[in-house]
Amino acid sequence: MSAALLSVRDLRVEFATRRGPLIALDGVSFDIAPGEVLGVVGESGAGKTLTGLAIIGLLDPPGRIAGGEIRLDGERIDKLPPARMRALRGRRIGMIFQDPLTSLNPLLRVGDQLTETILAHMSLTRRQARERVIAWLGEVGIPSPAKRIDGYPHEFSGGMRQRVVIALALCAEPALIIADEPTTALDVSVQAQIIAVLKKVTRLHGAAVMLITHDMGVIAEMADRVAVMYAGRIVEIGAIGDVARRPLHPYAMGLMAAIPTLEARAGRLAQIPGVMPRLSAIPRGCAFNPRCPRVFDRCEAERPPLIAVGDRGAACWLYEARPAPAAPTAEKCR
Amino acid sequence: MSRADVDLAKSGPAPPSLIARLRDNDLVASFLSSKTTVAAGLVALILVVAGLAVPLIATTDPFDPAANFLMDSLTPPRFVAGGDPRFLLGTDDQGRDLWSAILYGLRISLMIGALSVLLGGAIGVALGLIAGYAGGWIDSVIMRIADVQLTFPAILIALLLDGVAHALLQKSNHEETAFLVLVVAIGLSFWVQYARTVRGSTLVEKNRDYVQAARLIGLSPARIVVRHILPNVMGPVLVIATINLAIAIITEATLSFLGVGLPPTEPSLGTLIRIGQNFLFSGEWWIVAFPSLALATLVLSVNLLGDWLRDALNPRLK
Amino acid sequence: MIAFIVRRVFASIGVMIAVGLIAFAMFRYVGDPVNQMVGVETSVAERAQLREELGLNDPAIVQALRFLANAARFDFGVSYQFRQPVADLIAKRMPATLELAFVASILSLVAGIPMGVYAALHRNSALSRLFQALSLIGISLPTFLTGILLIMLFSVTLGWLPSFGRGEVVRLGPWWTTGFLTASGLKSLIMPATTLALFQMTLIMRLVRAEMVEVLRADYIRFARARGLSETAIHFRHALMNTLVPVITIVGLQLGSIVAFSIITETVFAWPGMGQLFLQSIQNVDIPIMAAYLLFIAFMFVVINLVVDILYVSVDPRLRASLHGMRG
Repeated sequence: MSAALLSVRDLRVEFATRRGPLIALDGVSFDIAPGEVLGVVGESGAGKTLTGLAIIGLLDPPGRIAGGEIRLDGERIDKLPPARMRALRGRRIGMIFQDPLTSLNPLLRVGDQLTETILAHMSLTRRQARERVIAWLGEVGIPSPAKRIDGYPHEFSGGMRQRVVIALALCAEPALIIADEPTTALDVSVQAQIIAVLKKVTRLHGAAVMLITHDMGVIAEMADRVAVMYAGRIVEIGAIGDVARRPLHPYAMGLMAAIPTLEARAGRLAQIPGVMPRLSAIPRGCAFNPRCPRVFDRCEAERPPLIAVGDRGAACWLYEARPAPAAPTAEKCR
Repeated sequence: MSRADVDLAKSGPAPPSLIARLRDNDLVASFLSSKTTVAAGLVALILVVAGLAVPLIATTDPFDPAANFLMDSLTPPRFVAGGDPRFLLGTDDQGRDLWSAILYGLRISLMIGALSVLLGGAIGVALGLIAGYAGGWIDSVIMRIADVQLTFPAILIALLLDGVAHALLQKSNHEETAFLVLVVAIGLSFWVQYARTVRGSTLVEKNRDYVQAARLIGLSPARIVVRHILPNVMGPVLVIATINLAIAIITEATLSFLGVGLPPTEPSLGTLIRIGQNFLFSGEWWIVAFPSLALATLVLSVNLLGDWLRDALNPRLK
Repeated sequence: MIAFIVRRVFASIGVMIAVGLIAFAMFRYVGDPVNQMVGVETSVAERAQLREELGLNDPAIVQALRFLANAARFDFGVSYQFRQPVADLIAKRMPATLELAFVASILSLVAGIPMGVYAALHRNSALSRLFQALSLIGISLPTFLTGILLIMLFSVTLGWLPSFGRGEVVRLGPWWTTGFLTASGLKSLIMPATTLALFQMTLIMRLVRAEMVEVLRADYIRFARARGLSETAIHFRHALMNTLVPVITIVGLQLGSIVAFSIITETVFAWPGMGQLFLQSIQNVDIPIMAAYLLFIAFMFVVINLVVDILYVSVDPRLRASLHGMRG
């Protein structure tokens, strides 16, 4: 088993509010191997983006990391001083946000923004950096890169902009990219192209990807493994094929069933009754228990840890092998 | 995004009591959270009450010529050498008790400020609603006028209107009509801001579903505008009003200081300061100092309250 | 772009004409020009003759056009009070006001922008809170009060600075007089310029701070951080640039109002500028001066608005693009 590139253990993120701390992430653990694509799915508010922000160290106050550890290539990064964290960003961990229009500075030329990023991390001459920029633009599929390098963001279409964003995030050659809903703000027709670009470029440069989305189609297209999040916790994690075809956790089952397919009979869309609880009102025990069709007593009393099921994991008492389950089995999930 | 992920829920399962709800209310909480805001609120309250209760607490009526004795003129404040126990803050060159004059001046400042903001607001909101809802040439005309007026600062407009008004009315009526002229001049200099903001909001609301629905039902435009659109555009209007109140008070004080506002027979704080400036070098500092202090305190507290209100009403800062 | 400029120039001319007509209306119909100009003893016949000579019996449109034509040649008639051509009176006093306004504008920018940037970047520092407090006082104090307080401190108590007048001035060229070249001139300039600048300075500071705080929350700033750019680059390149663009427009417009506020400052410090002249004309109902001042101010504001509009469009690439789109 190769050493994990990113290793998250028991991550807890809190928000300080007038009425006491609000727990937004409650014991999140997972690994990402070098070059691997881990999809992170869940509803809005499940904590997917927060996880990404915590890893790259961009949590805005009043949010803060309250516990657990995050390791990149074995060394801890969750408690680094700001200057060292800054050195990491872009160079070893990159992040892509949802809206390409607002991600780019409207007053600067695209080429300048790319050059600036490259020069911030590599000592090259301006001319060398510019050549790299043109090469990158070509790689992400922007036609006539030598001409478009001097364009402003508003002169590009949405899809083109997101390609620029991808180039910006990757131009310093980070080992891990966190992509937060990279296609959500784009037209459906363009989404597939962007995923293709992302896939190609990350494979080419050997970058691992944490792909955050609520769109299972995107996951299916690109991810190797997937983690399902619910109410600030991971409820299931495993290889994409396994989780998609034979989900273990009742929530994941509901998610997969809710995806309409062209072949299925026309009928009512399957829904999971109820809504995800608010962070201030998370039920005791398993967070999903009020909505779960397979709920039983233990679910309301004790919160299930991530239980190993073969090389997958599910946080559900249905899969308990022993009366007292062992410590978190994130490693065993690999 | 992180904000979508975190839902700061407001209340627990049981419905809370009124006290608890008040305590929880964001507006109240933000008011109480800043000591300066609370202080400003108290000061403003005191000043407003003082202004309203003037006839009860002023020791003399500074407008009654018979009550002033020129012999008393230029008396220093009570706590300074040469002071007279009758005059807490001294007297001015007419023998007027400064304490009473300041109280009356506060009242006048507040009244003119409030009235002119109401006037400007009423005109501006009305015109803004009309321009936004009716569109077409009405909109163009109103906005053209607004643009022309907006090229000038409000104080210049007020000054000009004031001057023209006095030229049109005879000089002899100046003192009686000064109050009214000031309210109208200052009010008219303000309407443009309201009109523009309300017009913008109206244009947005006009296309909303609930307005379309109301039109489908056949409600008259007036009814739609007043009962449906108006409440939804009032937010920014309140913000502008708070800013304008302070500006109105300053504008009135400035106009009076320049000599085109309230006359010495019915002095506002600005007039008193104007009178006082003449005596700065001869040593009667109190005629300038106390009205200045009163004016500065009034405007400062209004501004602080306005700041707090703006921050509290701004949804994006939450 | 050229089409845009041309259109704006035409719009400006339109505004000037509108203001000119208002000025004309004031000039002609507020009070009676003839009665203002002559003494009580002048007979009715003489007044009628004067009326004829002045063209006051011509149709209104003719009078209006004549007024506008004269105004375009800087002929604003004769002051009722001073019995001199208004243009001369204004020209004599213009340098005083313009020099004061210039110094005050520079002062407000040079102090206001850095303070605003600092306050935005170090939101909770003691210095920043001091700036906030000062700015609150700055916009709460009416201009005249600031002036008086400065006089009380520096003239009455300390005796360092003169409290009225311009000091010695040096004549440059046919009609310009400057106070920059004498010690007393410069000393006299300090308090009035500070008074005039204070309000603007605090406004600029608050504006820059608010705008920059907003900008710092934008997605592209977050993305810049995620790319590992230095704080310096983020604050002073990305954030500042995006802050200053909308600030330019507002600041430009505010600077125009400095000339208007000079009326107050000139009164407090007995500064012999146009503002004082205007104030006297209001008190004495000297319509020709009022009308001329109105036109002058309008002209100044219109020019400033035009410059600011053009500046704004040339600085923000998005606006430039939409202009080109409109032409095509």
